[in-house]
Amino acid sequence: MLSIDNLTKTFDADKRTRRQARAAKAGAAEQTRVFAVHDVSFEVAEGALFTLLGPSGCGKTTTLRSIAGLEKPDSGRIAVDDRVVFAGSAGRCTVNIPANERGLGMVFQSYAIWPHMSVFDNVAFPLQVRKRSERPSKADIAEQVGRVLEVMELGYLSDRQATKLSGGQQQRLALARAIVTQPPLLLLDEPLSNLDAKLRESLRFELKRLQKDLGITTVYVTHDQVEALALSSKIAVMREGKVMQLGRPRDIYTNPNSRFVAEFIGTSNFLTGTVTANDGTFVTVDTTEGRLRVRSSAAVPVGSEAIVSIRPEAVEIDETSAGGTAANEWSGTVVTRAFLGDSVDHVVKVGKMEVRNRSNPTVSLAPGTSVFLRMDPDKLALVPVG
Amino acid sequence: MAVMSTESPAAVIAPERALPPVPGRAARLWRALFAPKTLIMAAVAGIIGYLAIVPLYYLLYGTFFDAAGFTLSGFERAYSANGIGELITNSVLFAIGASTLSLVVGTALAYLNVRTDVPFKPLFFAASVIPLIIPGILYTVAWIFLASPNIGLLNKILEPVFGPGVLDVFSLWGMIWVEGLHLSPIVFLLMVAAFRSMDPSLEESALMSGATRWATFRKITIPLVRPAIVASILIMTVRSLESFEVPVLLGLQNGIYVFTSRIYFVLRTYPPDLAAAGALASGLLVVAMLGVLLGNRAGKNTRSYQTVTGKGFRPRPMELGKWRPLAGALILGYFLMTVVAPLAVLLWTSLLKFYVAPSVEALKSVSLDNYRELAGLSQAGTALKNSLFLGLGTATLVMFLMSIAAWIVVRSRVRGRGVIDQLAFVPLVIPGLVLGLALSFVYLRSPVPIYGTIFILLIAYCTRYLPYGMRYAVISMQQIAGELEESAQVCGASWWQTFRRVLLPLLSPGLIAGWVYILVVSFRELSSSILLYTPGNEVLSILIFEQFENGQFTVLAALGVVMVLTLVVLVTVAYKLGAKVGLRQQ
Repeated sequence: MLSIDNLTKTFDADKRTRRQARAAKAGAAEQTRVFAVHDVSFEVAEGALFTLLGPSGCGKTTTLRSIAGLEKPDSGRIAVDDRVVFAGSAGRCTVNIPANERGLGMVFQSYAIWPHMSVFDNVAFPLQVRKRSERPSKADIAEQVGRVLEVMELGYLSDRQATKLSGGQQQRLALARAIVTQPPLLLLDEPLSNLDAKLRESLRFELKRLQKDLGITTVYVTHDQVEALALSSKIAVMREGKVMQLGRPRDIYTNPNSRFVAEFIGTSNFLTGTVTANDGTFVTVDTTEGRLRVRSSAAVPVGSEAIVSIRPEAVEIDETSAGGTAANEWSGTVVTRAFLGDSVDHVVKVGKMEVRNRSNPTVSLAPGTSVFLRMDPDKLALVPVG
Repeated sequence: MAVMSTESPAAVIAPERALPPVPGRAARLWRALFAPKTLIMAAVAGIIGYLAIVPLYYLLYGTFFDAAGFTLSGFERAYSANGIGELITNSVLFAIGASTLSLVVGTALAYLNVRTDVPFKPLFFAASVIPLIIPGILYTVAWIFLASPNIGLLNKILEPVFGPGVLDVFSLWGMIWVEGLHLSPIVFLLMVAAFRSMDPSLEESALMSGATRWATFRKITIPLVRPAIVASILIMTVRSLESFEVPVLLGLQNGIYVFTSRIYFVLRTYPPDLAAAGALASGLLVVAMLGVLLGNRAGKNTRSYQTVTGKGFRPRPMELGKWRPLAGALILGYFLMTVVAPLAVLLWTSLLKFYVAPSVEALKSVSLDNYRELAGLSQAGTALKNSLFLGLGTATLVMFLMSIAAWIVVRSRVRGRGVIDQLAFVPLVIPGLVLGLALSFVYLRSPVPIYGTIFILLIAYCTRYLPYGMRYAVISMQQIAGELEESAQVCGASWWQTFRRVLLPLLSPGLIAGWVYILVVSFRELSSSILLYTPGNEVLSILIFEQFENGQFTVLAALGVVMVLTLVVLVTVAYKLGAKVGLRQQ
């Protein structure tokens, strides 16, 4: 449906970086450009919701804007439905269809609702500006706009001035405007980030339902990992212009391929140690505080450094020992606990390390209590060092 | 935890003591009336009221009353003169033409600068600031050198193609051209602010909807900046109606009269007919007010939209593509027209004995004689001193008064604060020449010996530039959160301490910007000075005007160069100092 190949976009470095580069004298020409997007490739299947996830400045928005045609990449190829909308290499482009001819739908972070128009006019605009030959009649426009507004539950606000809407309504209006032309691809740039937490949660499911019902292929940009996990059929985690990991939400959460991904998506304990055994199904890692068995087929050689990533909810906390039958049982002392409503977090000191646990709210152990920690080898992940 | 009270500190320190006896109503009123805050506010309100209202009152009194009582004879004399219909037509055409030209040029340049990848962006700053610094009279004189039918440099250049004297600056079109170009930087600055504060995603979403660039510009961009456009039209129309230099220097030559030049003409014939001049001034006042009313009516239908979201994406300039060279050529042309040509022709003329077009031959006669003559001219030194005194004095007084007035309007809950805002706006519609006339009405009768001193000029300038100072102060006041002030109060600071220690420093970037602006415009003021100065109190622009009338163009040009240089130095120093004093905004 959408395919992106080797997309690269650079910007001029700001003055300070440039001065530093000149002072360093090393590859000055290279250093004056900053990579916003660096050799990014991915495919989005028909009807999928694909998420670009990453911290601010990781290039996710630039990638989205390149697909939209609002940004001109330096090189790469972008095709929507086998129609190449951008192709170029080394700063020279052979195809670059302007944004207004790509026929895509987009919702901006600020919603970009036109304040001088009514709700109806905002949604009708994309139909009204079509070429005379392709423009629907007035009655058709009214009918199509009415239908979309109904779907978005905005029908009763049709005559309202667009600025008089609440945040959630504005978001739905922006969505209505983006889909009224039934575009092949919908681009969403952090559409939930301007809403308060409660509304964000309810709209998240609303968005997912709508996307499913309409069956519209969607590219979604966000820095919120919870949002990404809840919505996406596939996620690309980006960092400094590069895609770090690409996969289904569950895979990325349970099997992060790097410390960055593990840290960015959820919280994690990172325990560093040396590989002492590897039999193909289980890897044994010796840390300074104890031994860990990890289910992993990774080809890490014995003697090499390794980091084990453990999600807090994978750490089981107990006052009594299982008696040597369980793998990966450590003993320690509770340092602090925090009641979070739907769960309780404990920080447990094991030797010199601190391990964070998350339990259901019935478990609550006072600081100073001696405890045992058990970590299921199936729920641990090996991540590469560095 | 005990509930903190906002009562007097004494009550907090000694809670065991009984509450102090409640003072009587009269005593409380008495104390509130003479609190420093009330006194300061009353004084400021009084000064603004005095400056804005009294001249108007005396102008109308002097126009409608003579020794015998109420009379309309001034109106009869003024409006029965030949060509009065033409006068009104000329005034309106001139105002509409100049404001349209400045609006189109200024808006186009602002859009190119903010929203596109147009080349020569650094030139924009120079092209927008330098014409503000060049006094109107010099600008007009420079254009006479450039486009007069006889000696105009441009005419000399165009002669081989179009024949002699193709450009005539001494025509209505010439007047519109010079005034419009001189006003365009103001529109540029207003529109740049408007375009900058617009969320670019509003335009991008129109593009994504399939709208072409042109449709986006027409249906999204322009409607969104309409409030700024209406404001620009309003200001430019009033400014061109009250313009003095251009109509007098360019129009009188061929008898093209507008209100201002006619008033000047009536006052210069002997004996000066004050009542008739007052009648014309009243007419001009009415036209200017009508303009403002119409503008406000148009502005009523345009809400100003809060289009800045704060979370916007970094604005990315649009690519002009094949239009880029054309846009670049336009920018260069504009820069040459507004900055390079006027300054260059002034400099060239200042080096000559008599004006000739540049040539190798003429280059040989170049000398600094005019500057030497200037140095020997005692008047020049006095004028420079006076201009400096008036510029610095006006800027300081106005900004100080207006920062307090702005506080009253924006922050206080005093009843009638809106009146202060409106009063401070009044002088904006009073053309400089009318103000000069009105003030001479006032102080010719006043027993206080102000007429004939430099202080009458100071009063005139302060009145004229009240509205500008007010706008600068109000806008910066609105940007400061009320909590900053409240926290100072909670810390125990008095109103005056809060104002001086918290508000003034926070306001300083805006106040300094206003100060610099008023300094510049006072330094070059001509239209009210022309009726109020007396020998010994000349300012630089008056001296230039006198030399123009005497036909001493070369000395005039030298004086002009000195004046522009002084202004450049003043503005630079002011900004450098401002950067040190305040938190400079980006």
